[in-house]
Amino acid sequence: MYVYTDFDCAFLTERNQQFRAQVARRLDGSLTEEEFRPLRLMNGLYLQLHAYMLRVAIPYGSLNPDQLRKLAEISERWDRGYGHFTTRQNIQFNWPELPDVPDMLDALGEVGLHAIQTSGNTIRNVTSDHFAAAAADEIADPRPYAELIRQWSTDHPEFQFLPRKFKIAITGSPSDRTVTRAHDIGLRMVRKDGTAGFEVIVGGGLGRTPMLGKVIRAFLPVADLLPYLEAIVATYNLLGRRDNKYKARIKITVHENGLEHVRDLVEARFAEIAPYFDSEATQAELARIAAHFEAPVLPEVTESDYHTARANDPAFRSWSDTNITAHKKKGYGIVTISLKAHGAVPGDATSAQMRVVAELAEFFGQGEIRVSHEQNLILPHVALANLPVVYSVLKRHGLATANAGLLSDIIACPGMDYCALATARSIPVAQELATHFERLKLEHDIGPLKIKISGCINACGHHHVGHIGILGLDRGGVETYQITLGGDGTEDAALGERTGPGFSYQEIVPAIERILRTYLALRHGREETFLHVFRRIGLSPFKAALYHSEAADAA
Amino acid sequence: MSKAFAKVVTANALRSGRVVWLSESDGWTQDVLNAALFTDAEAAENALARAAANTAEVVGCYLADMRATESGPEPTHFREAFRRDGPSAAARIPTIGA
Ligand code: HEM
Ligand code: SF4
Repeated sequence: MYVYTDFDCAFLTERNQQFRAQVARRLDGSLTEEEFRPLRLMNGLYLQLHAYMLRVAIPYGSLNPDQLRKLAEISERWDRGYGHFTTRQNIQFNWPELPDVPDMLDALGEVGLHAIQTSGNTIRNVTSDHFAAAAADEIADPRPYAELIRQWSTDHPEFQFLPRKFKIAITGSPSDRTVTRAHDIGLRMVRKDGTAGFEVIVGGGLGRTPMLGKVIRAFLPVADLLPYLEAIVATYNLLGRRDNKYKARIKITVHENGLEHVRDLVEARFAEIAPYFDSEATQAELARIAAHFEAPVLPEVTESDYHTARANDPAFRSWSDTNITAHKKKGYGIVTISLKAHGAVPGDATSAQMRVVAELAEFFGQGEIRVSHEQNLILPHVALANLPVVYSVLKRHGLATANAGLLSDIIACPGMDYCALATARSIPVAQELATHFERLKLEHDIGPLKIKISGCINACGHHHVGHIGILGLDRGGVETYQITLGGDGTEDAALGERTGPGFSYQEIVPAIERILRTYLALRHGREETFLHVFRRIGLSPFKAALYHSEAADAA
Repeated sequence: MSKAFAKVVTANALRSGRVVWLSESDGWTQDVLNAALFTDAEAAENALARAAANTAEVVGCYLADMRATESGPEPTHFREAFRRDGPSAAARIPTIGA
């Protein structure tokens, strides 16, 4: 794990002291809300529907046990005993009180965590593959690059007032688990003639105007990473629109100016600035960072206990079928700890659960924990032989739901249960879908399925790239849910297609059931997933099921 | 067919962030039933201006639509109802196990 340098620690301490003084001045009335608001947002503090919300970055989704225990302590001491993991690899505390926030930030600082650049028109927390350094298909661990980008972007003087927020995602594997094509910049590691470099994707984003990113550079040598990123952001900083907030993201800049024009400007800027980047120093820094991420030495292990448990315990077998992913080293597995128990709030973990996961990581997982953008926790390096005991502990704490990648593994944004921008609720829709299909005992039969729910057009729940996407809107004072089908957030990224008019809160779960019954009726066997069927037959059979049966019912 | 004017002044408390409403006595209450209901637009705007000037206690004051009931003001829009009630019952309970 990356350990902060003295420079980083001093920077954090100073930043926290500044904010403590700012909070004090707000509380004693010397700062107005207009003056204070940008300051609190720079430190991750939002005012939500019912309370403040503190958003803490989990850089590239990696945590060590001490950090996770600290998050548990913070949620217990200053919040309500739980935290909410988000699609941006952040954790959000939903109930802090303003006078306590400086103490919370100091507590975070003790373990090298912070809330900087989790808000505002800056380069946000860089997200990365939650299976990094463990996935069997990986070319290289993307996290050293993510850390390099974090160091370059944090408090970068040129990029504190961009036209709009700026999100970067990076993956080191051909399988894209980070939704790179829905980011302002997506970086995918590729090989050319045996050397590793990046495919650079630009202009992706969801929200009001969803767009998939386009390849601006097919192969970028690793040594050119920072000057090239700087060239993109500098070009955007000048070209991006500041007249209209809804047209300010780089996706619109690319769309309005054309990829070719943007590419020419970026390449010209790159040629100009690259000589000023000391690429040897960058390489040396990268090597220094990479040493912190050195993969743990995993001893040779036997698998026999694992196979015995699978043979004897059907519940364990079912869980290991869904929640274990192949590890690059034989005898090991990647464990997905579901934060989606049927009926629970997707992405919530109690402080007790956080401590349990921290302990498991310490004892059985090489001290590593990951946070996935799918709002689950990951133990990336667990010996298969230890899985039966890991499973039994998880089970005792409500963390062993066998549903990773299935229907109830739903992404849901906070929606109107917490978010001030929401137009409808999303959490209870996720809860009801999960419990409804659990009652029907259908989710294992339905197989791989990604349902993603957003409570407003901002699309924090990634609904456009859900196999089934649900968007909650306010239509004339009534919560209304629009459905999109066929979205995909992987390397084959696609935006979902709208089915038609939306459904009320009461109608949305039955509507999803009609879609899935149509899928079950039309698939060519279990191997044909929902997404495959959608790609084969398109929208119309689903539309018919959604809208005609309604007309028939009404008749 | 204009709807009868009925609004309350609402905000979030500066320290706790919690939802509050302006009461009859020009203080802040955490119970919407004790909120002052304005049926006159000018009186409502005046109350809002007074409340918004009070930046040491509250944040983000605005007027919210209500309807008068016997027990007190009741939200007409679901967003205000959620502000009154807090997260949906189920959403309030953190993950407690399968
Ligand atoms: C609760 C307070 C939140 C506020 C005030 C907020 C605000 C916003 C806004 C205004 C946008 C639209 C930005 C744009 O398209 O230019 C947005 C998009 C987004 N937010 Fe949030 N958000 C919140 C919570 C979250 C959470 C909890 C997540 C993760 C679960 C999240 C992740 C995202 C993502 C992924 C997008 C889409 C970005 C894109 O367009 O590519 N946000 N958010
Ligand atoms: S999608 Fe909308 S409702 Fe959901 S968290 Fe984002 S801003 Fe809030």
